[in-house]
Amino acid sequence: MSSTLYTVSASPHIHTTLTIPQIMRGVIIAMLPALAFSVYTFGISSLYITLLAVLFCMLIEYVIVRFMLNKPATLYDGSAIITGMLLAFNVPTNLPWHIVLIGAIVAVGIGKLSFGGLGNNPFNPALVGRVFLLVSFPVEMTSWPVAVRSLSLDATTSATPLGILKDGLKEGETVNALMAQMPSYTDFFFGFQGGSLGEMSAFAILLGLIYMLVRKIITWHIPVSMLGTIFIMTGIFWLVDPSRYADPVFHLLTGGIMLGAVFMATDYVTSPFTHKGMLVFGAGIGVITVLIRLFGSYPEGVSFAILIMNAFVPLINRYAKPPRYGQVNSKKQNPQPAKV
Amino acid sequence: MAQRLHNKLKTFRLGGVHPDDMKLTAHVGIEPLPLPHAVSIPIVQHIGAPAKIVVQVGDPVKTGQIIATQEGFVSSNIHASVSGTVTQIHNVMDSSGFKHTAVDIQRDGDVWEEDIDCSEKLVEEITLERDAIIRKIMEKGVVGMGGAAFPSHVKLRVPEGKHVDHLIINGVECEPYLTADHRLMLERAKELLVGIRILKKALGVDTAIIGIENNKQDAIELLDKLVKDEPGITVEALEVQYPQGSEKQLIQALLNREVPSGGLPADVGVIVHNVGTAVAIYEAVQKNKPLIERVVTVSGKEVKRPANFLVRIGTPVIDLMIAAGGVPDHTGKIISGGPMMGKAIADLNVPVAKGMSGLLVIPEDEAKRAESYNCVHCGKCIEVCPMGLEPYRLLLLSKKGNSERSKEEHILDCIECGSCAFVCPSNRPILDYIRLGKTQVRKIKKA
Repeated sequence: MSSTLYTVSASPHIHTTLTIPQIMRGVIIAMLPALAFSVYTFGISSLYITLLAVLFCMLIEYVIVRFMLNKPATLYDGSAIITGMLLAFNVPTNLPWHIVLIGAIVAVGIGKLSFGGLGNNPFNPALVGRVFLLVSFPVEMTSWPVAVRSLSLDATTSATPLGILKDGLKEGETVNALMAQMPSYTDFFFGFQGGSLGEMSAFAILLGLIYMLVRKIITWHIPVSMLGTIFIMTGIFWLVDPSRYADPVFHLLTGGIMLGAVFMATDYVTSPFTHKGMLVFGAGIGVITVLIRLFGSYPEGVSFAILIMNAFVPLINRYAKPPRYGQVNSKKQNPQPAKV
Repeated sequence: MAQRLHNKLKTFRLGGVHPDDMKLTAHVGIEPLPLPHAVSIPIVQHIGAPAKIVVQVGDPVKTGQIIATQEGFVSSNIHASVSGTVTQIHNVMDSSGFKHTAVDIQRDGDVWEEDIDCSEKLVEEITLERDAIIRKIMEKGVVGMGGAAFPSHVKLRVPEGKHVDHLIINGVECEPYLTADHRLMLERAKELLVGIRILKKALGVDTAIIGIENNKQDAIELLDKLVKDEPGITVEALEVQYPQGSEKQLIQALLNREVPSGGLPADVGVIVHNVGTAVAIYEAVQKNKPLIERVVTVSGKEVKRPANFLVRIGTPVIDLMIAAGGVPDHTGKIISGGPMMGKAIADLNVPVAKGMSGLLVIPEDEAKRAESYNCVHCGKCIEVCPMGLEPYRLLLLSKKGNSERSKEEHILDCIECGSCAFVCPSNRPILDYIRLGKTQVRKIKKA
């Protein structure tokens, strides 16, 4: 008689290889093209700000978890790295380091850990940090360096296409006249425009999107619903009055819409569970973004839109149920055979 | 045939996962295991009431002799799987982890009951009538061989007021590693077809569909050839996707019918039987042979000689392990059944039961679960749930003990396929909590 006792546990006994640290690594990889592009256009300062933000976020997470909460450090999950990268992607590359530090404290400390850490935060931590900085340091946060396309640390500042549009329209100029002052759509698409560190290149961000879709890290629902809503809504306004409203392609390629749709709105923790819910969530972000862009006082509204929709996620989760097996009227779907 | 393979394969509507299929023994023929010195036959090997023991210690028994009779409608007869002497009637731990009464028989040769036809000859002509067939299946202790071990005769007595028009034969075998059904379809195809004809006669249905996952091309081709001239039996290739072999999902995939919540396949005019069961029914009805042996796949990455063994019921699991080249070093876990739904067994003295389709050996470094993290709301559990439930929510509700809400969230619809826990990137014990929640709901139902 053998006396060895083997491990006993309930099924299932096998597990997928896609775990939290791997998903986080995947997201980081997906963000690299945008970062690389930013280094190419804005110079080495992009890399400097990104590393700084990542370092601060990790440090703050470690310090808070280890010494204030007295728990084992949670750096292994990699979420602090992503928060740091996303925070950096959302700020100008010439931001002073102490502002980056404040952003990191707000993002990780208030945005994430005050709610109980990864998985419990209702709002996207990087956006909490970003919006906090935007309202606290409006000047520093909106002094965009010009794309230099070189590896130099010096750069002068300029307005973003959205800023030019908003200010120009206020002064009574037409969209057509303003468009003439801006780079071509091809330049927009590849990212030769002013703006935050990681948001300019739709092309690089789309590469990241494709990677995440292939790795099955995210599904298409949020990006497609958000971008689709923005396209349709700005399209309607443009058709109504092309002299006052820019065309939908301009809207999609400028500002933080691509970054928001691919990396911010798709954050697992702060987006709905079901596909149905994701579609509603993405559409909501789209509508709010367009309203802020067209009628609000800020030229850009993606961050606010995402944060506002984050607050609706519990409500969406409650009503957006997945389709259930056997839920459909069984008589209608399953024609009963005639009684014999 | 060739054309159908190019068409889009059928599959179920919601969810599903794709674990590596790991069919290491797909090309290993069924091999009879040397007869054990002694067997220990539990009297509960099926869903339902335990059988009543009709032998005493010291009694001589023949192979195939009845040793315990069924108690009540949902129960099953138990037969001696070897000839010899009853040495002990005592409690043994079976593959469920619970102790059940078992009859130990010391083997002495292999003398079969005289009325059993042990020849290899295929008996095609079905002489028995409908009621006699069902009675025979009941008498010979046939239960579902796919894992759940539900007494087959119960399924064949269609409740009043329900009309069944389709018989589905489940040859999906979607659990990774397992190949017992695959080998049966290849090696016992003709017997299988007679078994299907018997089932059709017993149910009075004209149409039978054999559903096979597309990773068993050879079985699909062979059976397709054999049923070419046979009206009323078709072979259908299905997409390789877990849990394709789950009754509800299979019905949905093949007939686009959905069993209502809390209902039975008969509610949508379908009865599902496993291929192993169909072969056992052939043997019971045509050869008078009770269910005393079955095919068990012994597999695992480290197993020296993975195999498909034909094993007498009651054989200790250790015998199978020895025949498969011994228990590998650093074995951490041994599973009765497949890796998705099988049960881990604590030691190797557990006897083989009617529902044991495989023995899977898991190395030490994969035996324990990895650390679990907070839920990150990725929604993957919802995406893969074949019943369209919200597993993450059921976990939270079960944890809080909120059985009212669990019930509203249809927790009892869960088929416990394990897809949610398989896919959860945070490695949360979702299914464990759902099981807990189901017992909570059943408690309030009773109260």
